[in-house]
Amino acid sequence: MAYVAIADRDDPHAMHHPKSFVTRYIWSQDHKVIAIQYSLIAIAVGLVALVLSGMMRLQLGFPDTFSFIDPADYYQFITMHGMIMVIYLLTALLLGGFGNYLIPLMVGARDMVFPYMNMLSVWVYLLAVIVLMASFFVPGGPTGAGWTLYPPQAISEGTPGASWGIILMLLSLAIFIVAFTMGGLNYVTTVLQARCRGMTLMRMPLSVWGIFMATVLGLLAFPALFVSAVMMALDSLIGTSFFMPAIVSLGETSSHEGGSPILFQHLFWFFGHPEVYIVALPAFGIVSDLLSTHARKNIFGYRMMVWAIIAIGGLSFVVWAHHMYVSGMNPYFGFFFATTTLIIAVPTAIKVYNWILTLWRGDIHLTVPMLFSIGFIFTFIHGGLTGLFLGNVVVDVPLSDTYFVVGHFHMVMGVSPILVIFGAIYHWYPKITGKMYNDFLGKAHFWLTLLGTYSIYLPMHYLGILGVPRRYFAMGTTDFIPESAQAMNAGITISAIIVAVVQVIFIVNMIWSYFKGKDAGGNPWRATTLEWQTPQTPPEHGNWGEKLPVVYRWAYDYSVPGAKEDFIPQNEPPEPGVVAGREHGVEHT
Amino acid sequence: MANELPGHGGDATVNDGLGGVVSDWSADRQTFPVPWGKAMMWIFLLSDTFIFGSFLTSYMTVRMTTTVPWPNASEVFALTIAGNHVPLLLIAIMTFVLITSSGTMALAVNYGYRRDKKKTAMLMLATAALGATFVGMQAFEWTKLIVEEGVRPWGNPMGAAQFGSTFFMITGFHGLHVSAGVVYLLVVARRVMNGFYDRKGTYETVEVTGLYWHFVDLVWVFIFAFFYLW
Repeated sequence: MAYVAIADRDDPHAMHHPKSFVTRYIWSQDHKVIAIQYSLIAIAVGLVALVLSGMMRLQLGFPDTFSFIDPADYYQFITMHGMIMVIYLLTALLLGGFGNYLIPLMVGARDMVFPYMNMLSVWVYLLAVIVLMASFFVPGGPTGAGWTLYPPQAISEGTPGASWGIILMLLSLAIFIVAFTMGGLNYVTTVLQARCRGMTLMRMPLSVWGIFMATVLGLLAFPALFVSAVMMALDSLIGTSFFMPAIVSLGETSSHEGGSPILFQHLFWFFGHPEVYIVALPAFGIVSDLLSTHARKNIFGYRMMVWAIIAIGGLSFVVWAHHMYVSGMNPYFGFFFATTTLIIAVPTAIKVYNWILTLWRGDIHLTVPMLFSIGFIFTFIHGGLTGLFLGNVVVDVPLSDTYFVVGHFHMVMGVSPILVIFGAIYHWYPKITGKMYNDFLGKAHFWLTLLGTYSIYLPMHYLGILGVPRRYFAMGTTDFIPESAQAMNAGITISAIIVAVVQVIFIVNMIWSYFKGKDAGGNPWRATTLEWQTPQTPPEHGNWGEKLPVVYRWAYDYSVPGAKEDFIPQNEPPEPGVVAGREHGVEHT
Repeated sequence: MANELPGHGGDATVNDGLGGVVSDWSADRQTFPVPWGKAMMWIFLLSDTFIFGSFLTSYMTVRMTTTVPWPNASEVFALTIAGNHVPLLLIAIMTFVLITSSGTMALAVNYGYRRDKKKTAMLMLATAALGATFVGMQAFEWTKLIVEEGVRPWGNPMGAAQFGSTFFMITGFHGLHVSAGVVYLLVVARRVMNGFYDRKGTYETVEVTGLYWHFVDLVWVFIFAFFYLW
């Protein structure tokens, strides 16, 4: 008996189509609804983190002005801002949101392979968010240990939230990892095992490649965070000494002895560095598709782009200790990790060159998604180059724990993925809602956000070179820091508040267009990938109606010479005598 | 058309060796010719490997960095039977029980593919019983360490405090895996008995359960080596 691939068994009746409002929109097993649920929760919690950063900026820009921010609050804001943005917003939105929405549609599947588990994933994620938010309301408030949660101070007396806050943080992280694992297993299995006919791995859009590789990284990196969360919780709750050395504090000796604080740093960054690429790789993939579509040109060097994603994924597991040059670890480690860090810049640079070469002599349409994509190239080159500074031990040591670091990673890991996320939302909004947004508001949002974020983070590099340390509640009078630094800080704060307020334009545009926007049609960008070829817009449950799509070409047949239109959808069969596309740069006729 | 649509297709030709790897990864629809559940279990086990790997690496790190001497495993884990001091006796039996359970599990998978409902279910129940025995013996071992030897997660009379904390954490985490596996086996065995997989037309879930069980078994071999033999 011949084995028939499961994705090939054409049987839409096997899906349990929802019957009521509750099963359609709340306890939904449809990957598209789950994606929207993930995205809305992530954006909501991200707004909390945005408000926290605004409070921090108020304190830094105008110290001694706001009586409701004391030093303990400030540390709690830092910690919660960092953790929420990195994990609960970026990871959840890129993988849970875009991963869920795009993977089945782009690879031609009806849904994720295990929809029920997918549904559990989003609800467990919501639980993790609720536990995290609960820490604002417990005695002592949320943890103020800094987002890296380094022991011993994270669980030592005197750190804000050292009793309740840190435990809720660790618990919430563990729950998040469970949620991510349930979703992540689905994404990886769907990409590997549930593609439609003709969809080989080397025909997948780069968005899927980026999300796929990021999910693999997540499945292998989150275990280290899980283990360190368990161990730190045990240290705090029942008095083990995994991370806690013997400490004499205020004349009292702690009950711990013999633990290794550096072990925590290793575990944390073994998770933490791949985490950077968990956020970056989906952004790389998505921006490749946006640039190609809106420049009406095939992506330059598709195969190299795929291999670069794989190489970055592999290398990201051997660079972690470049976060630890000043931790006191063996200096020879620094040599090794500086070398791997510079090596990982090579595939990353290949990607940047290929984006630029995709734009080169393209038919560039300055649509809102395209503006955000080009903005991303600027901020990413900027953040990437300062990363090379910090990857070298001798340069990193004086710059460590200064605003240079803050400027660097907000450029590369904050602004860059956020620009891609905005671009991606503007790009797929017509497919998700069936409506077109207001173009003017979108462009206004772009320019104010891009220029605003530059005026926030560019000056921070300068502050860092001056030696202004990060994570300080107030600078006071310090000899080596000129008074003008304070004026610069005030300027940064004003920009930050403007950027935060400008996001209202985005939210208003999204909500207003949902109700009042013009109908967008099925394929407003004239794009080739499968999600634009669905019979309905927005796609119904099951995505494809009676028949699954069949793919005949790669995702980048734009402006093929001799073709009827300037794009050929992936599911367009080749016609005799007509140019069939130029997959991987090879012209097929 | 044929060259437009590479893949496993209906003919399901399976190449061996490197050529097979290439044809798997360049196929359309699916990369590996296995059901979704099995593929997902393999990926999950890979992720779980990193959890145990992180636990064991942390254990080795604290064992090397602590300045207090590590307790002597062959004395701590010895049983006194009729006045004789027998090192590692309990652990030897526990390991034997768990390895045996992998054997019964493998037989269950075999009978599952032969659609022998009764033998499959009986062998799965035997596997679950052996697993439960293992957990029971682990409970006995913990009790002995806590009550008789005075080992606590935060300290012990024999040496480094990290001995107790790593031991209880890692064997406890593994014991949770075994316990979850026992429940998993019972659920699947019940479905085997009531004909669920006959109606579904495939016994692949038995094999997926087996993958998990063998993994838990394999992890034990490493825990055994690192805790009791080092």
